[in-house]
This record gives sequence, C-alpha cells and structure tokens, in this order.
Amino acid sequence: MTTEISTLVQVQNLKKYFPIYKGLFVNRHINDVKAVDDISFDIYKGETLGLVGETGCGKTTVGRTILQLYRPTSGKIIFAGVNLADLQENDMRIMRRRMQMIFQDPYASLNPRMTVGSIISAPLDVHTSASRKEKRDQVQELLKIVGLNPDFVNRYPHEFSGGQRQRIGIARALALSPDLIICDEPISSLDVSIQAQVVNLLEELQDRLGLTYLFIAHDLSMVRHISNRMVVMYLGKIMELADRNEIYLKPLHPYTQALMSAVPIPDPDKARNRQRIFLEGDIPSPVNPPTGCNFNTRCPIATEECFKIDPEYREITPRHFVACHHAEQFNN
Amino acid sequence: MEPLLSLKNLKTRFHTEDGIVKAVNGVTYSMNAGEVLGVVGESGCGKSVHALSIMRLIQIPPGEIESGEIWFDGRDLLKLDENEMRQVRGRDIAMVFQDPMSSLNPVYTVGFQICEALMLHKNMNKNDARDRAVDLLNLVGIPEARTRLDNYPHQFSGGMRQRAMIAMALSCEPKLLIADEPTTALDVTIQAQIINLVVKLQEELGMAVMWITHDLGIVAELAHSINVMYAGYIIERGNVRDIYHRTLHPYTQGLLGSLPVIDEAPGTKLISIPGLPPDLVDLPKGCPFYIRCTYRVDQCRLEVPQLVEADNNEHSVACWRWQEIAGKGTQ
Repeated sequence: MTTEISTLVQVQNLKKYFPIYKGLFVNRHINDVKAVDDISFDIYKGETLGLVGETGCGKTTVGRTILQLYRPTSGKIIFAGVNLADLQENDMRIMRRRMQMIFQDPYASLNPRMTVGSIISAPLDVHTSASRKEKRDQVQELLKIVGLNPDFVNRYPHEFSGGQRQRIGIARALALSPDLIICDEPISSLDVSIQAQVVNLLEELQDRLGLTYLFIAHDLSMVRHISNRMVVMYLGKIMELADRNEIYLKPLHPYTQALMSAVPIPDPDKARNRQRIFLEGDIPSPVNPPTGCNFNTRCPIATEECFKIDPEYREITPRHFVACHHAEQFNN
Repeated sequence: MEPLLSLKNLKTRFHTEDGIVKAVNGVTYSMNAGEVLGVVGESGCGKSVHALSIMRLIQIPPGEIESGEIWFDGRDLLKLDENEMRQVRGRDIAMVFQDPMSSLNPVYTVGFQICEALMLHKNMNKNDARDRAVDLLNLVGIPEARTRLDNYPHQFSGGMRQRAMIAMALSCEPKLLIADEPTTALDVTIQAQIINLVVKLQEELGMAVMWITHDLGIVAELAHSINVMYAGYIIERGNVRDIYHRTLHPYTQGLLGSLPVIDEAPGTKLISIPGLPPDLVDLPKGCPFYIRCTYRVDQCRLEVPQLVEADNNEHSVACWRWQEIAGKGTQ
C-alpha cells in the first residue's frame, strides 16, 4: 500500500490551440484547432498514468506539451515544483534530462544513418561530459538492461525488427536516468506477441528504476493492464479519471462506458454475452466542437442541459473525476 | 454438404533479391457456405497472401502460386483464365481491405465506384444501379445516402469509407466476403460499429465471411471457426470455443497469454513469446515455431508437424506434442 503520494507533474488548465490561417499574402487567423482544451490532472511519482482516447482526441498533444515540445496556449505544467513555462531555454534543457519520450513508430524515430551506439549515446553527448569510453560502457549497459546484445552497438537500425527497435528507443530514453517517461503509443505498431515483451520490459524497468510513466494509447485493455490510474479524453477534454479498477468496474461517463463495452474480449463466451453500447457517428471536428458537452453529438443519454452547458469536471467520489451532468445519477 | 471453399496444399512464393520468400506453405482447409472463419496470425504469417491467392491477386512475377488447388463452388480457381476469374472477383468473392483510403479511387465519387461494379456484374443501367447504391449505403448505415453518393472518398470519415467499401463489396451479393483487417485502422468505437454491421449483414444475407486479423479479441466475437497461422502454415484450426478454451498449440497459447484481458486481476503478468518469427526466406527444417517454443524436443527441429485431427473432427493442430499439451490442460 502506498501511504504517501507525492506528485511529480501537475497539469493545470492546460490549453493547446493550433491556429488556422487563411489567405496568401495577408495571413488572417480564422480559427483554432482546439487540440487540448482546458484540462487538469496530476501524475504521481512512481505511477503509470494511462491516457486513452480515440484518434484526434488530443492525447499525443498532451504528451508533447508536457515535454514543452509544444508551448502551451495557456495553463501550467508544474514538474517537480517548477512551472515549465517560466523556464528559459537553457534551464528547460537541463529539466529535459528528467523527462524522456518513447515514440510510436520505431522506424521513424531512429535515425537510419546512425549506429545504435550513437543513437543511444546522443542524449549523453548533449547533457553530460562523459568521456567516450564512459559513454560506450554506459550504452552497453543500457542495451543489456533492455534485453539486447551489448555487441550490437555498431549496427544500424535497419538490422533490427520492430520490437528490437522499440527496445533501442527505450534504451535511449533511459540514458539520462529520467524521472518521467512519456510513452506515446509505444506498442501499437508491434505484433501481439512482441507487444507483451515490450510491456513486460517497461513494467520491469519501472520496478527496478522507480520510473513514472505517462502511457498514451488507444488499446484500452493494454492501458488498463499497465496503468495505476487512467484518464479518458475526448475531443480535447478529459471525460473521466479514476483508478484502473474503478474506471473499469464503475465507469461514470457514458463515453467511458461505451469505450469499455467496445473493447474486444478474447473469449468467445464472454464476448457474445455482454451488453454493448454502440456510439452513433464520428468524432466532431476539434475546430468547431459542439456547444455544451463535447460528447453530446454521440451521447446516448444527452439531455437539453448537455447541449447548453459544458459539464464541470469534478470529483464525484474520492479520486474519481468525471465531466458529465449525469455522473451523480450513474453513481447511485 | 459440399464446402463453399476448399484449399488443398496451397503454396505461394515470392522471388526476391534476397531469395525465395515462402509466404504460404501448404495450406489445406475448407469452409462452408454461411460460415464465418477467422484467420489469425501476426504480420508475415501468410494470412493476407493466402487470401490474395484465393482472389488470384498475387502479382506474378515476383509472386508464384507454386502448387495447390483452390476449389470454390465446384471450380478450381487456379485453372480459370483471367476473364473467368474477373467474373468471380467482385461477383462471387468480394474483398474488403485494411486501408479504405487507398482502396477507394480518390478521383471518382463513391457512388460511381459502387455503380461501376453493379453495371459490370449485374448488367444494370445507370439509374437502377444508382437506386441500388442508395439501398446499399442505407444498409451499411450511411445517413443521407442519396446525397452522399456524389461525395468523393476524402469527404468521408475513416469509418464511413470502410462502410462504403463494405457496401461496394456487398453490391453483387457475393457468396464469400474476405475482410482483410478491415478495422485495424479504425478506433475501437468505430470498430465495434463495423463488426456489428458485418455480423448483422452476414446473418441477413447468409454469405460466408473470412475475417483476417491479428486480434484474437475481434474474432472471438464473430467467428464460428478459426485458423491460426504462423510462418505460412496453419498451426491450429478449430471451432471458436475449442481454440480459446481448449487451446492445443503452444503458439496459440502464447498469443492468448500475451493479450491483456480487460477484467484481469491486478498484478497479472503477460506471458510473452520469446524471440521473433522465422525468416520466410530461410525457414527452419522442422517446426517453424521451434526456436520460440517452450515444449520443443529434438523431433520438432527435424520434422515439420502436419496438421492432424485432435479431439474431434473440427479441431486440428500441427504440433508433435499436442497430446501431452492436451493432457496437461484437462488436469
């Protein structure tokens, strides 16, 4: 049991809008893609926070904005007590050592012209003054940690399979012993049997090194497997946040309920006997989200209120946050 | 009853610079009219290539259907000439692909593309074809079908494009629909819509469906029987309950073990399969799963196990030690 929870990252009222311009000579700012629209959550030290949602819900933007790869439009990201927006370029670079990222596509995220050794030691070159030999030893150690042969340092990415490349990406993320690793769909491009290998590796590394993960994915059963708590996003907003069991056993948001019921179950009897909630239609455009609740166009229980007033994101039961007018009703 | 589709020892190869890629290595099975067959396996297991071989859509060269027979509705498809085959494609067997954007032609309207097949295979005139196309779009649940006909594919969302592809595939009422990972590119809620749609249409129209996927979760829900493929072989085949509840092949067991289950207990560890699938250019002499298998013995290294009938005539497995594995399961 954890008795003391310390917060590593606090995201407060974060907004990230991407402007849309029109016009050839005079660029008029006509609208914004509201990729992330006023969200708040904490990431506790040592936990895995799962972030799920469908294409275009803003989950990747959240990850990138936390790392300040995108500057937030407004809102705060407080990492270990420091508001990242206040940092100058140089201070931010020092801070970046403590936060790393693992990307979705292990083919695009490794430079094909660099050897595995130079890929993994690149963060060491930038952030440390280690000698060549020290770096080489460290790279070999990292390769061992992620389950690759340390003699692979002079090989190129194309010589590896997708799963092995993802291990190289993980080794690179570990090079500076970060506190936080943002895993952006790290397994969705891998085969099922390889996915389990990578997930097991991530779990093992977390136990060993005390890492904190923000695990972004669209595969709900895998996110539930790896996470302590889960955030469900839809169209730039958080719909629900709760412990992994709570959100599965007692989802209070109709969107979460639909998502959970859509997850394929690898068991013919259970899969055929369950009640499914089907959502009509598609996700609306984040340029013109609906007024009121973002989910109202697809919600099976939307009432008049939902089309007028944006529901408040609030704590319904301890540690269980929901943004739905009807959440109290589900809770009873 | 005569099966609808019956494959006998199908072998498909590709001649490449690196050598001969042995994509399908002697696949034999049959499926009945109205049956839903799930074909499961990871990338490179030959599941798509075997389906493309049935449709005779393998590019030759570099591809080659080295040997085998594909009996469909009383004819060996491999013996048909290109004209006869063209009659089969679309009319008797239709296929839906993974990526709806690249399988729809971007410069023609959706309506044109659906009507084209109807006019070609059903000899309909333009107006009848259009009316039928409206019915089809309604059937697959696209709202405002009549105006949507004049839209181009880029005006459709991903889920709607896949619906339009299914409408097109159903246009000639095929006896067999081959769906090659049709929901892989879609979100879970849209995936659920499409699965629901195909199950409904299959029951209404009584066609046979071959659903190719890497996701054992999807076919658990919709398939009657399942072929599990690995390195171009069928390594286990049976009705859906036997595959999930009386799993015999170590690879199928590994695949199921590496899937997290949404209602699992906290702290459950995934069972991963160590290692990688074999190189199809340089297949091992014995069982293709040998290097990754925890049950391996010397015999497995030397001889390829044949697909043999196990507990009943619907459940077969290609493993030398299936009897021991089956015994362990019932203890």
